[in-house]
Amino acid sequence: MDPLDLARWQFGITTVYHFFFVPITIGLSLLVAVMQTVWMRTRNPQWLRLTKFFGKLFTINFALGLVTGIVQEFQFGMNWSDYSRFVGDIFGAPLAIEALLAFFLESTFLGLWLFGWGRIPEKLHASFIWLVHIGTVLSAYFILAANSFMQNPVGYTLNEANGRAELTDFVAVLTNPVQLVTFPHVLSAAYMTGGAFVLAFAIWHLWRQGTAQSDKPMYRRAAKVGAWTVLLASLAVIVSGDFQGKVMTEVQPMKMAAAEGLYEDVPEGVGAPFSIITVGTLDGSEEIWAVTVPKLLSYLATGSLEGAVEGIDHIQERYQLTYAGSELTAVDDYRPVVPVTYWSFRLMMGLGFVGMAIAAAVLWALRGKGDESGETRLEGNVWWARAGAVVLFLPLLANSFGWIFTEMGRQPWLVMGLMTTQTGVSPGTTAGEVLTSMVLFTLVYGALAVVMVMLTLRYGRAGAEQVPEDASYDPATRSEDDAFVFTY
Amino acid sequence: MDLPTLWFALIAVLWIGYFVLEGFDYGVGSLLPVLGRDGADGAPAETRRRQMLGSIGPFWDGNEVWLLTAGGATFAAFPHWYATLFSGFYLPLLLILLALILRGVGLEYRGKVDSAVWRQRMDWMIIAGSALPALLWGVAFTNIVRGVPIDAEMEYVGGFWNLLNPVALLGGLVTLTLFLTHGGLFIALKTDGRLRHDARALALRLGVVAAGLAVVWLAVMHGSTGNALSWVLAGLAAAALVGGLVAARGGREGWGFTGTFVAIALATASLFVALFPDVMPSTLDPAWSLTIENASSSQKTLGIMTWVAVVFTPIVLLYQSWTYWTFRKRISGHHIPTDVHHAAATAETRDRTTA
Repeated sequence: MDPLDLARWQFGITTVYHFFFVPITIGLSLLVAVMQTVWMRTRNPQWLRLTKFFGKLFTINFALGLVTGIVQEFQFGMNWSDYSRFVGDIFGAPLAIEALLAFFLESTFLGLWLFGWGRIPEKLHASFIWLVHIGTVLSAYFILAANSFMQNPVGYTLNEANGRAELTDFVAVLTNPVQLVTFPHVLSAAYMTGGAFVLAFAIWHLWRQGTAQSDKPMYRRAAKVGAWTVLLASLAVIVSGDFQGKVMTEVQPMKMAAAEGLYEDVPEGVGAPFSIITVGTLDGSEEIWAVTVPKLLSYLATGSLEGAVEGIDHIQERYQLTYAGSELTAVDDYRPVVPVTYWSFRLMMGLGFVGMAIAAAVLWALRGKGDESGETRLEGNVWWARAGAVVLFLPLLANSFGWIFTEMGRQPWLVMGLMTTQTGVSPGTTAGEVLTSMVLFTLVYGALAVVMVMLTLRYGRAGAEQVPEDASYDPATRSEDDAFVFTY
Repeated sequence: MDLPTLWFALIAVLWIGYFVLEGFDYGVGSLLPVLGRDGADGAPAETRRRQMLGSIGPFWDGNEVWLLTAGGATFAAFPHWYATLFSGFYLPLLLILLALILRGVGLEYRGKVDSAVWRQRMDWMIIAGSALPALLWGVAFTNIVRGVPIDAEMEYVGGFWNLLNPVALLGGLVTLTLFLTHGGLFIALKTDGRLRHDARALALRLGVVAAGLAVVWLAVMHGSTGNALSWVLAGLAAAALVGGLVAARGGREGWGFTGTFVAIALATASLFVALFPDVMPSTLDPAWSLTIENASSSQKTLGIMTWVAVVFTPIVLLYQSWTYWTFRKRISGHHIPTDVHHAAATAETRDRTTA
């Protein structure tokens, strides 16, 4: 393999892995912040127990999100140095601002939150986890602004003298139309992931035999919070995703055409169908069997049931004419790998819909059976526990397929219309170097995944700990070393 | 001062922030096997290790962000510097990244399972993950300042072994011993009991080694590329280090730590002054060197970044300082219980009962 292929694989592996932890971190930090706030309002110790329980699971995830994020920042310089030279003037700024505004906020206040239990006034302490959450959201905003530039470059000019893209309008970069639809989409998907996390562990504790009767109301509450979060967030995912499809069709028509595997143009007034599932020949040239919804693709792409949708072949011809002139933009084939694009798009949506359906079903099942016990249909039914285990992974996988779709669908472009992926790779880096780092990262990431899952299951199974009767803040009764009991 | 020069100065400030802050937590992590042993006063190794790790617990993560900000700012303000440096120093950087991953995980996960074997493994991740970057950043900076083979296309063409020349390795030993001293004095400042005294005694001995190595290294560095100002800064750095050690010897741990803090800051500043106006000199042809001028971003980008930095850097400094104030008390070790990991312990009991 040449350095280009290896660098692409490495980027894919490290990014998908990193993005397992990012949405959990964003989503859980919000839910933990809400739980702590509710505890302060209600003084119901159950909320404090849930805060600490999910707070611990949050820190286990945060640790890996953080360390794998460092790799992401330096990878551009290591493997994609020509890309870094070409767009550094624009792309570097959101990254630097992300570090200054978001990383400092998250890291510093997470330290204060973890070590501050019992030694910092309560309201101040609760505000720290909110600041951590705000940090994660800001971080998402700036990194997505950088990514949106790659999907749809705006606010720049090409400097002929030094051959690079230079910034002309930073506000345009931060309010890129792609960014304005991508940010809400990714953020709501993160909330969906956090909700599913809470939902999964709550249902599991409701089902299992060992859970104390007195703890059941607590887990019912948590399940309700998780399920509502999944449901509301998934509605936001759908709405924002719908907007996103239309913007995408405008700026990256090839990605939308590839998402359906639509080779020929569908003119205005006809309405292009959307296939839910297709079985084709191996080379993808012919369709053997498919389930399709008429006119849906036209709606997804244009907002009108009969809107025109451009096909792959036509776009390919058009791009070959438009981009032939420059070494940075000329390639033979402007088509992404269609099966990957096609299936990742469907898996993203399909897994999301199943997650949403489970959350809705859980909300229905959470109603009481009508007898004195307060028991619901969830308790003692293994199928609900299994559904809980499944719902944990659905948004995580949907997120991954979403990224695979959006990044693979962008190929062969590194920056849409400006720079192809093959021209961005580091010219001086050898295949051996990239292979070494890819193997090492993959091995370390794999080992860490095992450790992380083990810890999550261990703490998840242990459940919410009891808290002392007097859980309120009182400096007089606290010793200086108390805080360390929570962390190290 | 024009904007590229201002940004050169700001990036120097970010690296200084990174070295003076994370320098001590690298030192604390690396000293774990030395100071974290059963004390002569009967304090078990585990208690001492927890005191040491507790002393950096609330801070290390925030300290590391200085590196991320330095990296991001270099990308934004000097894309060519970022591209040449990180693609050129590929393998050392890879080692640093892997070290930081293992260290971060070690610190976060150490207390999550109540088992001696587990803690031992995490400790080794923390130790290796702290010592390796402490060593490699010295190697990297020596090479940056003295220059490396860079061709007309701004590409590093020197390979891996070229980076491990004797002066660079000496530079690595200097940063390692300096950070160990810095970390030792931090432990002396932040803990109590026997550990505090052991840490101070060790830091003093390490400090003498660091001072000796640093004087040779700084003389070689500034002898080849230095100017009057860089010599003055290097001299002041040496004086601060010696002053700090003398103060620590007299029992003034706060002044001792201030001494290493200032010494690391001034030594780093002296390197950036010696580097100016290059950012990565080429040993093949001076005309191929990356300079503040030819490596920087456009005026527009630098202007925006300046506004962001001017507004937000003071805010960051303010809340980070406040963290240090909040956790200013010494960690005595008296209150560190021998069985801590409630949830993990409960989990294990449950595992056993269900099994």
